[in-house]
Amino acid sequence: MQPEQQQKQQKQGIDVTVLVSIGRHPITGRARRAEQDARGLELALAMEAELPGSRINVLHAGSQDVDSEVALRSYLGMATGVGMGLESMTLLEQPDGSDAILPLVEHLAATSPQLVITGARAERGEGSGLLPYALAEHLGWPLVNSLASIEKVENGVVTLLQALPRGQRRRLKVRLPAIISVDEAAPAARQSAFGPARRATFSVSPTASDADSELAQWHLSPARKRPKRLKIIKSASARDRFKAAASKAEGKGGQVLTDVTPEQGAEAIYKLLKEEDVLR
Amino acid sequence: MSEIIRRDPRREWIARNRLHPDHASVLAEIGGVQVASEWLGPNGVVRKNPRAIGFIGPSGVKRIDRSGLQQGGQATATTTAARESRRTVTIDQPAFLVAVVPDLTGGRLSNHDKDLLGLARRVADADVEQPGAVVAILFGEHKGEGDGELKKQALGEAGIDRVVHLDDELYAGFAPEARLAVLSAVEREMTPRFWLLPDSPLGGADLGRRLALRLGERAATGVWQIEADDEAPLGWQCTARGAAGSLDIQRPLPRVALALAECAEPVDETRHAAEPLSLVDEIPTILSRIEDLGQVAVDPAGVALAEAEFILSGGNGVKQWDAFHHAAKVLGATEGASRVAVDDGFMARDRQVGATGTWVTARVYMAVGISGAIQHLQGIQRCDKVVAINLDPGCDIIKRADLAVIGDSTQILAALVAMVEQQRGGQRDAA
Ligand SMILES: Cc1cc2nc3c(=O)[nH]c(=O)nc-3n(C[C@H](O)[C@H](O)[C@H](O)COP(=O)(O)OP(=O)(O)OC[C@H]3O[C@@H](n4cnc5c(N)ncnc54)[C@H](O)[C@@H]3O)c2cc1C
Repeated sequence: MQPEQQQKQQKQGIDVTVLVSIGRHPITGRARRAEQDARGLELALAMEAELPGSRINVLHAGSQDVDSEVALRSYLGMATGVGMGLESMTLLEQPDGSDAILPLVEHLAATSPQLVITGARAERGEGSGLLPYALAEHLGWPLVNSLASIEKVENGVVTLLQALPRGQRRRLKVRLPAIISVDEAAPAARQSAFGPARRATFSVSPTASDADSELAQWHLSPARKRPKRLKIIKSASARDRFKAAASKAEGKGGQVLTDVTPEQGAEAIYKLLKEEDVLR
Repeated sequence: MSEIIRRDPRREWIARNRLHPDHASVLAEIGGVQVASEWLGPNGVVRKNPRAIGFIGPSGVKRIDRSGLQQGGQATATTTAARESRRTVTIDQPAFLVAVVPDLTGGRLSNHDKDLLGLARRVADADVEQPGAVVAILFGEHKGEGDGELKKQALGEAGIDRVVHLDDELYAGFAPEARLAVLSAVEREMTPRFWLLPDSPLGGADLGRRLALRLGERAATGVWQIEADDEAPLGWQCTARGAAGSLDIQRPLPRVALALAECAEPVDETRHAAEPLSLVDEIPTILSRIEDLGQVAVDPAGVALAEAEFILSGGNGVKQWDAFHHAAKVLGATEGASRVAVDDGFMARDRQVGATGTWVTARVYMAVGISGAIQHLQGIQRCDKVVAINLDPGCDIIKRADLAVIGDSTQILAALVAMVEQQRGGQRDAA
């Protein structure tokens, strides 16, 4: 039964929903496709090429106006060709400044995709990166963050690589359905083509939504430059303070091995490397 | 001894007479070991000898230090001891708890963790009458400097009052569900007033968001400043980065906050108790839907130099470059170079470490045959441990290094490679 099912799944592929948001160009502030979300879509497209028959559904919750439409269409321009599933996207229409979480949860619960891909955080609004976690908590699905690539999907289990700091990778196996979030570690998104983007259509469904009243009470302002941390010398006497300010920082004075054979020196280094756990 | 103070008028007279041949010795007698600069005169008036104050500085000029650290002719060396001592603080009856979950990267408190603990202390100590206690929840092994008492001290000096330490296989690697179960148990048993986590990718950023959602709180993320504010529900107002770092959001501090690095000054004046605590209830075992298959071997040569964890860097003192490359491969280190090595064509330009190259952040930086010119040292400022192999015991890299081996680079590298290969071989045989 196993191989049969496997074959079937391979033929069918899986349902993937990619959540996209409207980005903000860091300098001009114009609406654009969001960097991380585009990487998420790129990942989905790459997976579709590996696993033919997968269906990609692009989903956005928000208002529909001229600016946002251009930004949203640029996601759809990322896939060309018939049958790629990007001829249209689903738009859950709601006024600006409303809470996107509940409509998204409802939609995902209704359509029940196997995999949901989101960016780690939005480029507008609060941008707290809480949304993927909120979806996971509401839907009760496992969540993996900082995804680098998807290796394979098999028998309802996806094997993927998570990016760790310092360029390291970790392999994880996650049971579907699952949510994965993508940040800068994922492969860069491809260009968006203008023609397919123009031709794509939206399927709009208006949703009832609550305004985000908490956010409205907060005070938002353009980011101030953070003050640089000063080296504070806490000392009672002027002499010590002057000495600390004027003198060159002296090393803590590590261990120095003189007159040792190369083997002894190597052994000391080996011990340190072991202690620091950098030898694999 | 009798109560009556016997006076010696002759001695007093000599003490007053600067030109008397015995003047110095008499002064010394009156003032104990050192030359007295102050004594009680015959009429009960304090007399001072301004010439006995101060000391002769290194360039032969007399210096007077009025900070009170030095007296008479000799410099006292007790200042360092006075400076090192921290005030010990124990909080037995905390009014409330502030829970902190440090990342403990590589088994140590990172700088980010220490900043965060500084923030926690600010929140806990705001009311002097009713101080709160900082509870740290540590996952995995803690490798503070030293062991036993010393380890505890490292935690206490970071500002931790209580420690819940979970050193179990279950929490190793990527185990957000298991860790979350522990945090939920802490919430049930201790109900801390605040939860503070570092907003660092793959550490607190992930766990903190999960925790916030589990507790039903709307977490503040990217917090970099807090201020006391009586109008806010919990008494604090915070400033947080939003919208990919382009916005500052001012809002009341919620129960769960994820703070950026340098959000507060680390603790440096007090030492706290760091008493171990354990959870009463059994933590429910969770059937995880995420399975960690462990780290994948990545090609160290492909890792960007700026974020490499272990760098083997070669300079003008490397004589056999083939052996150097082989050593890097065996050790699994990313290769770096000094400018001279790059200019001489032994290494690619993008491998240069230093002011005009890359500023590296390695945990272990191994400098082979590098003299440690200031331009090079600038580039390795943020490295944790520096190991140097050099022929010259007087060069600058030795002062920076935590471990320096004086000797020929080729021989030492060869010995190191042999040792690593032998150990690996041994392990493979055993397995
Ligand atoms: C504007 C400017 C910018 C610069 N920027 C950079 C920069 O970004 N990065 C950088 O690295 N440099 C930079 N430099 C160059 C820097 O000043 C030094 O010249 C350079 O770092 C020295 O490289 P080195 O330590 O490899 O060579 P050297 O100074 O020649 O040191 C070689 C060391 O190897 C030791 N040695 C020799 N033989 C052996 C052996 N067999 N075994 C063990 N040890 C041995 C010697 O004792 C010596 O300490 C810059 C200079 C300028 C003017």
